[in-house]
Amino acid sequence: MVRLSFRNISKSYSRGRKALNRVSFSYDGNGIVALIGRNGAGKTTLIRILATELAPDSGTAELDGLELIKHPEAVRGLMSIVPQEARVVQWLTPMQSITTYLMYHGVTYGEAKKGAERAMKEVGITEYKDMLSRKLSGGTKRKVFVAMVLASGSRLIFLDEPTTGLDPLSREELWNVLVRLKKDHLIFLTTHYLEEAERLADRICLMENGKLLASGTMDSLRRKIRYQHSIRLPAGSTLPKGTKGRIVHGADGSTQILTSEKDALSISKTLVRRGTRFFSNPVSLEDIFYSIVKKPIGEDEGGDEDEW
Amino acid sequence: MSGKSRYSQVLASVLVNAVYAMKNYPVMFINSMLTPLSVLFVITFVSRGALIGVGIEGALIYSMVWSGLSLQGDLSHLKNDFKFQDLVVTSPTTSTTYMAGMGISEIVFALPLLALLIVLAAIYLHPTALQALAITAVMAIVFLFSIALGFFMSTLTSDVMQSWNYTSILSVLLSTIPPVYYPITYIPQQFQFLAYVSPTTYAAEIVQSATGFLSISNLNLVIDWAVIIILATVFIVLAKKKSRWREP
Repeated sequence: MVRLSFRNISKSYSRGRKALNRVSFSYDGNGIVALIGRNGAGKTTLIRILATELAPDSGTAELDGLELIKHPEAVRGLMSIVPQEARVVQWLTPMQSITTYLMYHGVTYGEAKKGAERAMKEVGITEYKDMLSRKLSGGTKRKVFVAMVLASGSRLIFLDEPTTGLDPLSREELWNVLVRLKKDHLIFLTTHYLEEAERLADRICLMENGKLLASGTMDSLRRKIRYQHSIRLPAGSTLPKGTKGRIVHGADGSTQILTSEKDALSISKTLVRRGTRFFSNPVSLEDIFYSIVKKPIGEDEGGDEDEW
Repeated sequence: MSGKSRYSQVLASVLVNAVYAMKNYPVMFINSMLTPLSVLFVITFVSRGALIGVGIEGALIYSMVWSGLSLQGDLSHLKNDFKFQDLVVTSPTTSTTYMAGMGISEIVFALPLLALLIVLAAIYLHPTALQALAITAVMAIVFLFSIALGFFMSTLTSDVMQSWNYTSILSVLLSTIPPVYYPITYIPQQFQFLAYVSPTTYAAEIVQSATGFLSISNLNLVIDWAVIIILATVFIVLAKKKSRWREP
């Protein structure tokens, strides 16, 4: 079980732009924590600081009781990071990449080779182990990185946009690997794919302008916004009179009603009585994201709310 | 961190930057041989063989300078194009261990060239044990200087284009223009002071004087040794203290 906590982390870059503004968070246990937010929200800066790659202006952070900002060398054996723009060195094979990565973690050559074999088997890339990295597919290259951090024995793993640029099938394969990995590790991942965060994460952090706007499980995030439920009506359907909530019109003519659980029940009953086909679900992370990032929590007035 | 772990970390750099690179991309090895030998060829050809001895000594010094310049390019490539340094920074490997490993990797890369130059030196220079010792010591100091310079500069570069330009400029300033492949006496007296801007001039003077190609006073010899030792020390300290290993 991993215990990670940080308090009041702030970081400004040279032109005075505040990349992080007093960000605090704590997590106890294994699992996946997803950081989501727009470009420039501060996600990468935060994980680079936590991975001891970048020094913050202020704040404290602890990994399993070890202070990682003042004494980064004390925690470096316990964590690994795959940076956003990292690429597998082209003149190395996966076997060579993973072996040397483990050697940088202090493992002997012989042990590193054994560890690399095990990790490649775990991630499912053994058949590519002696192929030059430049010949590998994008998905396999990403798996090489996952195998590297897995083999290192790190308990805390930072993955900065691990699935960016991957096709849906490769992304699905990588998700399956991450789901297996999270049983024994704490994985911090940043992503722009909201369905990825929704599907994989045990805890989701929403960032905007260097601030952590909200964090929690999907259910707890839903409770932080005004509308927890979504009802979708196909094109050509008419809304029941007195429908309360935010109405979103889709490009295909469909209509989405974002509403409270209580109102969703009443709307659903009306639609059932009328025999109108509809889909009713708790709001997705996408709905939560737009709701929270567009306006700070507490000020969510429902945007372009219509009342019918 | 135990000695065994440090050894693994150093070996990792040697494998990444030399052994696997040469094994998987042999063209890298050809390039590393070609540059120092091409200048030796031109010097020998133009002087009708008269400067072949000085030229071999120059190539030996240049091979060490070239190691540092190559290190600068290699590290910059790994850091900026692959984010490799980011992976290493967050591992238990220190900047000094990484620099040592990458430095040794350049020596491994240069081994075939060095072997060829040693054979040429044995044929054309017939050095005594003392002369060989002086040449080796100068090469070692030039190597330390150039590796430290290369490491320091690589941590400051933000892209490979920048790095390539640094390599070209330093190559010309440290090896092609200064009297490394030829004696300083070939430069008109009023311009000789300019040659002393380059540290390799001092290194070449020591080697050429040790093998009888140049006659200089004992005082000058002491100054030459002092300059290259001080410069190597300064750049090692600079690389250790001022390199941008972990971002501020």
